[in-house]
This record gives sequence, structure tokens and C-alpha cells, in this order.
Amino acid sequence: MVSFKSLRYHLILIAFSFVMIYPVIWWLAAVFKPDAEMASANLLPKHPTFNNFTQGWNALSGYSFTHFYLNTFGLIAGVLFTTIVSNSLVAFGFARISFPLRNFWFAIVLITLMLPTQVTLVPQYVMFNHFGWVDTYLPFIVPHALAGGVGGTFFIFLLVQFIRGLPRELDEAAKVDGCSLFGIYWRIVLPLLKPALATVAIFCFLWNWDDFFGHLIYLNSVEKYTVGLALKMFIDSQSSTPWGQLFAMALVSVMPATVLFFFAQRQLVEGIATTGLKG
Amino acid sequence: MNAGNKLFYWKRWSTSIAGYLFISPWLLGFFLLTAWPMIQSFYYSFTDYVLLDSPRWLGFGNYTKMFTDDPKFIGSLKVTLLFVSFSVPLKLAFALLVAMLLNRNLKGMSVYRTIIYFPSLIGASVAVSILWSNIFGMDGLLNQLLGFLSIEGKSWIGNPDTALGTLVLLVVWQFGSSMVIFLAGLKQIPVELYEAASMDGARAISRFFRITLPMLSPVILFNLVLQTIGSFQMFTQAYIVTKGGPIDSTYMFALYLYEKAFARLEMGYASAMAWVFLLLMGAVTALVFASSERWVFYESEGGK
Repeated sequence: MVSFKSLRYHLILIAFSFVMIYPVIWWLAAVFKPDAEMASANLLPKHPTFNNFTQGWNALSGYSFTHFYLNTFGLIAGVLFTTIVSNSLVAFGFARISFPLRNFWFAIVLITLMLPTQVTLVPQYVMFNHFGWVDTYLPFIVPHALAGGVGGTFFIFLLVQFIRGLPRELDEAAKVDGCSLFGIYWRIVLPLLKPALATVAIFCFLWNWDDFFGHLIYLNSVEKYTVGLALKMFIDSQSSTPWGQLFAMALVSVMPATVLFFFAQRQLVEGIATTGLKG
Repeated sequence: MNAGNKLFYWKRWSTSIAGYLFISPWLLGFFLLTAWPMIQSFYYSFTDYVLLDSPRWLGFGNYTKMFTDDPKFIGSLKVTLLFVSFSVPLKLAFALLVAMLLNRNLKGMSVYRTIIYFPSLIGASVAVSILWSNIFGMDGLLNQLLGFLSIEGKSWIGNPDTALGTLVLLVVWQFGSSMVIFLAGLKQIPVELYEAASMDGARAISRFFRITLPMLSPVILFNLVLQTIGSFQMFTQAYIVTKGGPIDSTYMFALYLYEKAFARLEMGYASAMAWVFLLLMGAVTALVFASSERWVFYESEGGK
């Protein structure tokens, strides 16, 4: 039986959740409104239309949004793969092997975790420009391959914490059986690391999807644009903003993150809570 | 040296080498992408380096210019500090309040949590910035709602008095990750403490100030540092929603850095700005840590 007190409680929470999510609800309704209804106060469209999606998708001359999505997914696939490989190797080294100066280097990992990217931004750009990497995806993929990039040091930290929690007896047993260090990494730790790697992959995907600043400085030609840059171009390209189309395209652009969120909610929330707290 | 000893040393050597091999991606990245660029950036900051031109030594020229002859720089620092000092406390207070609301074992809690967290998930994206620039525009959602109450709205983004406020509101709306961290912290406070306090007749308010806040203070410190650092660097929302305007009222530091470095290619000056920025952020963070000795309560020390 629901008591009066918990009923009141639910009412407060429902009201609060509604206020929080109302802008999103309004957004969901607005994508089906023709332009004439945009400035009216009604939540629901009077003459719902799907045109905003079809027209918005092809609104930019030269390329449709299909192109920008393929670009973004390609970029992120590269980043995800290199992140998983290099960060798991590095984390294994820090968590399971004792070597001279290990604690010193790990302290540096923690310090760089706090370092704002602005300080290295200019020389990195100069360097990548010198290599001819501007307007390619290498300025994103190479740093991730070196356990850096967006969130890189955070992922090392997260994985080290996770590996430290795995029972050491497994390593010892494998060592007795003649397993090499790489064998222990590959056959024992890596399979057990899957849940943590899933968390890393989720954050890596979300943060790179929203790495607007990085995309903005390194990608110049429309052919290489990611979804975020394409949206920005959409805003700038029209003299009077076609809000319906813009909203529709913006909505599609948050779909990958949303789908991911609903499939992996527990992993995501626990990832924030536990790793955040240990920091 | 006998054979056993040799084997022992060889084993230690090979383990050390293996350790360095495993961390070599990070080590390489640290030297190439962090340490060396920092040294370079420090050097550039004393030069007039413009991309494609070789740098010329200026001494402290960039730094003196910044503080004596660049009102835009001073303005951007002021706006950034103003933004940080409003958005961070508001966001944390809100996050804590909602975390406490959600910290009950009732049915359907995870549904509320999902809904409330959702804006934070999509928060930093261009998409949400687009949504925001419409909501607070002249014909936007807010003015439509005010219309119901027969209040005449204005363009909140186009007005220098309210533009920064809309950005503060945008980041406060995304309090989700702080909330999740608070929620995890709240769950670790032993229930016995509250039970004992209730038995002694403590009211909800004094339970909050005497149990919840002290027990949660390490988590508050953590969130405070995290959010302060993040807030200092805010770029996307300001770049899309207000573009730094009107009359530079939302012209944040990161926007100015972007303009100097990548629109005008003044790499020397931009590097100097980045160093001032790092020092400023470092100073603020150090202040937070220094003050924390007064208000953070660590259980293991038996309180203070």
C-alpha cells in the first residue's frame, strides 16, 4: 500500500522531473512543427510534418548528413580501438608490474589528469600542423593511441583501480604455470577487464562525440566535418535560422548518446559514482 | 656471482623492462604530447610567434601587454570568474538537493534518476546549445510561457544583463554527474548516525547540518574541484549560444584563446594567455584545497 507520505514524495519528484525534462519534451514536439508554428505557444504541433527531417538532412549543399555521420563514426571507431588497446596495456603495467619509478610515473598520470588542455593546445597544434596532420583524423587518433587524448589519463586511472581490485592469486597461478607477463595480460586480466573496458568505451564515445573544440580547430574542410561541425555550419549558413530543421538535425545528433545511455545506464552511472569517488 | 644470483638479477631486469614496455604508449605520449609541448608553450609565451613565421624573443612583452594594454583579456578573465563563481556553487547546491531527494528506497527511483540525469548526458553538445539559443531567444519557449502569464518577454540572449545568466542556467541544468557522485556518497553515510540523532530528538535541519554535510564534505570537495576546473574551460556553449556577445558580456577566456590562436594565429600571445590561465586556475584550486582544511571532515582522523 502506498502511504500518504510516499505519495506526496512521488508527486514532488514527478513535478521536479517534469520541469527538468520539459525543454526536451518541447524539443521533441518542435521537430514535427512546420515553421509557421514555431513561435506559437502550443506544445503539440497542429499540422505535424516530417519535412524537418527530410529537408534538414540534405540542407547543406555538397554533403548530406549521412556523410557527416559516417565521418564521426569512423573517427570514433579509430579512437575507441586505440584507446582500448593502449590504455589496457598501460593500466596493466601500472597495476601489476613493479618497476623502478613506478609510483613517480603514476603520480605524473594523476597530475596530468588535472592539467587543462589549453596549456599544450598551441604547441600541439603547431606540431601536428608541421606533420601535415591538420584536416585529418590523426590529431585525434594518435594521442589516443598513446593513452592520451580526450579522457585518456582518466581511463588509465579508472582501469588501474579496477585491475587492483582483481585477485592477484590468478596472476601467481598463471606465473607458476609458466605464463609470461604478456600472457597474463592477454589471457587473464583482459577477459576480466571487460566491464571496466565497457565503461571506458562508453565515456570515450560520449566525450569524443562532443569534442567540438578539438574538431573545430583540427578539421577545416567540409568533407572531413563531424556532426557537431556540420550543425554549427547549418546555423551559420542560413540568414534566418530554419529552427524546425535545425532542431530535427540536433535531435538526431543526440540519438547515439541516448541509445547508448539507455542500454548501458547502470554501467555509466556506476562508472561515474565509483571512479569519481576514488579520485 | 653464482648462477642463482644471476638469474635473480636477470629476472628483475626483465620485469623492469617489461613494465616500461607496457607503459611505453603513455610514456611516449607524456613526453611528446604533454611535457615537450609545455616547454615549447612556455618558450613561445616569451615570443611574438605567429604560425609560419619564426618566433622572435619579446621577454615579458606578451605578459605586460595582457595586463596593461588588452582590455579584452581582462574582460574575458572577469567574465570567466563571474561565470565560475555563480555556476559552480549553484550547480553543486542543486545537485546535492536532488541527490537527497533521490536517496530513498522507493519504487521507481531509477526512473526519476534517469529522467533527471538525461539533460547532463547530452549537455555539452552542439545540439543542446542550439536548443538553448532558441529557448531564450525572442520567440523562444521561455517567452511563450511568460506570454501565458501576460508578461512581456525579451531576448534573454540578446541582452548583456541576462546573457551570462542563460549560460549559467544551462550548466546548472546539467548537474547530473555531480548528483550521481553525491548520491553514491550519501549511500555510504551509516544509517545508525541518523537513527541515533533522531532518538536524541534532532530535527531534519540539524541532522542535515550536523551529519549529512560533515560526512559528505570529502565528496563536496571532490565535486567542487572537478566542477571548478571544468567551468573555467567552458567553450562550446558560449561559442554557439551567445558567441561571446552581446557586448562581450559572455566572452569567456576559452573563446578569446580560440580567437587569438586559431583565428589570428598569434601563437606566442595565446601561449602566454594559456600560462596565465593555468596559474589562475591553479591558484583557485589551491585556495579551495587550503580552505578545505577548515571544512572537510575525515572520518579516519576522528574528526577535528
